[in-house]
Amino acid sequence: MTDVLTRRDLLRRAAASGAFLTVPGVLAACGGSSSKSSSSGSDHTLAKTLHFSNWPLYIDVDEKTKKHPTLDMFTKKTGVSVQYVEDINDNATFFGKIQGPLSRGQSIDRDIIVMTDNSRYPSLLIKKGWVEKLDKSAIPNFKNLEPALQHPNWDSNRDYSLPWQSGLTGIAYNEKLTDPVLTVPDLLDNPKLKGKITLLQGMGDTMPLIFAANGDDPEKVTDASWERAIKVVKKAVDSGQIRQFTGNDYSGPLAKGDLSACVAWSGDVVQLQADNKHLKWNLPKEGGGIWTDNMLIPKGGNVYTASVYMNFVYEPHIAALIEDYVNYICPVKGAKQELEKIDPSVANNTLIFPTNAMLDNAHNFDAAALNNEKYITEWQNLISS
Amino acid sequence: MGFLHRHQNLTPYLLLAPGLLYLGLFFVVPLGFLAYQSLESGSFDVGYAFTWAWGNYWDAIQNYRGHFIRSLEYAAIATLLALLFSYPLAYWIAFRGGRWKNLLLLFIVAPFFVTYLIRTLAWETILADQGLVVRVLRDVGILGHDGRLLATSTAVVAGITYNFFPFMALPVYVSLEQIDERLIEAAQDLYASRWKAFIRVTLPLSLPGVVAGTLLTFIPAAGDFINAQLLGSPKNHMIGNVIQSKFLELTDYPAAAAMSFVLMAAILLMVAVYARAVGTEKLTG
Repeated sequence: MTDVLTRRDLLRRAAASGAFLTVPGVLAACGGSSSKSSSSGSDHTLAKTLHFSNWPLYIDVDEKTKKHPTLDMFTKKTGVSVQYVEDINDNATFFGKIQGPLSRGQSIDRDIIVMTDNSRYPSLLIKKGWVEKLDKSAIPNFKNLEPALQHPNWDSNRDYSLPWQSGLTGIAYNEKLTDPVLTVPDLLDNPKLKGKITLLQGMGDTMPLIFAANGDDPEKVTDASWERAIKVVKKAVDSGQIRQFTGNDYSGPLAKGDLSACVAWSGDVVQLQADNKHLKWNLPKEGGGIWTDNMLIPKGGNVYTASVYMNFVYEPHIAALIEDYVNYICPVKGAKQELEKIDPSVANNTLIFPTNAMLDNAHNFDAAALNNEKYITEWQNLISS
Repeated sequence: MGFLHRHQNLTPYLLLAPGLLYLGLFFVVPLGFLAYQSLESGSFDVGYAFTWAWGNYWDAIQNYRGHFIRSLEYAAIATLLALLFSYPLAYWIAFRGGRWKNLLLLFIVAPFFVTYLIRTLAWETILADQGLVVRVLRDVGILGHDGRLLATSTAVVAGITYNFFPFMALPVYVSLEQIDERLIEAAQDLYASRWKAFIRVTLPLSLPGVVAGTLLTFIPAAGDFINAQLLGSPKNHMIGNVIQSKFLELTDYPAAAAMSFVLMAAILLMVAVYARAVGTEKLTG
């Protein structure tokens, strides 16, 4: 795997595997001739240390000691110490950082990384053969995975990934400044909202809402449905209805009242409501978005140790401890019941444990579309025109 | 001792070595790599291969001409504004600052103890629709009653001007502060008016600082993308935003590299024209 894969290699290997650029052929070619991975895969001894990269403020913290109680519990139980680093702030930037070493077949010295499936990167990592398969024999708690999250279109059997947390994407509005904004057409066409709304700059964040409003399936994108969606957004950009495309920097202007409404993440709004109780958040009637942050094992990571850790966090009472601090959507069945015992207000918040009706109305975005260069280019040209 | 004594002609090279090594390793080598990358073709999925793909440059200019022009335009306006604001300020500190000089300079630099991103986000608050600035501008009728500053080109240029202000103010200050005041006195003794003395003596003597400040401001400003991202609307995005999205979102490294070179060439061209106009000897004083 130290050699860089050239197009010629790819064609040769694809031909050798008897498949001319079919998907399995490409996968085989991208997987290369690595033998290093199998050694860490089949070995059932725990490593001394687990290297875990995650997003900031994304795990339980003891306010007094500043330690992470669940990580200490894991160490106590298994003897594996955890080196926990909060160095992921943005999917694209983090991918930009790790793609160099991974493409050269070098380890990135991490056993678990967490990436979001509303970006193209989790599927890209799998396609490139840069992540290891989970050792499911070490994850009996896999059965606790929320059914709605079991079959994402980019890893249909969860061979490579396990959710860490999820979140919903919907419409937030300030009830002091506008009537309730409950649909995408209202958001994009209501003249009273002109220049006072923002959309999210991630194509996988914004597009599920647009597709659902158009009556198209966000999880199965076609050229025709894509064109329809782009047209809708472009019209709103050209008319000046859309003020900006943002990351989570919409939160300041929304809380201050510069924005009347915007496409927003449920988790942010839970926090903003503490300062401004006029902020409301809803999944649009026609359908909203759901994203999931996924634990992945990068090539060269210790598969067994990482899998044992994943099994640990899928214990409902451990998941409940993490959830009580994090307040996003918990992917672990049974965590809600555990949390009812320690913190019922969190357990009964539908933005943290959404109802089944909400989950049914929230869509992921087609991973193939997220990786379609033509779509990405059109989207990028639209949001910075 | 003995070695250097015998090879005295080596001394300048030895003194230059750390700097040259640093520049070579961290500037020339990456630049060469970038140039190589800009001529690759392919896609991220199948991998990029070197094919002398000059088309990348053509595509960059063809598809994003508007962004290039907008970037140079914003950077030029911001540089001019920074000069207009900082010259009187630096002049006042240099000639009238007295014992407060250092404290006043500290005030100019102080915002820089805060990170770039936070400073720019602070401007989001300053220019907010519900904020004081916009309210006053609405009251005096400069902005319509529903007008705004955020998400306009004005906000982007204002943000850039502010963020690069010290790069202009400090060099200008240094060159003004070094002026021998007796020269100005002499001019006035020879019947020059105060204005004439400024135009004929002070201004020319401060030009090295002005030129240095202009370059230090204009060059990074043209490649900036944070201000456009946070303070601009989608229609105010600069070439830096495009390069960033090509590189990170699209993982189209050849296109991003080619655009970087086009930007570099455009900046070099403008700097060359500018240097010719004011005379290069002003750079060194």
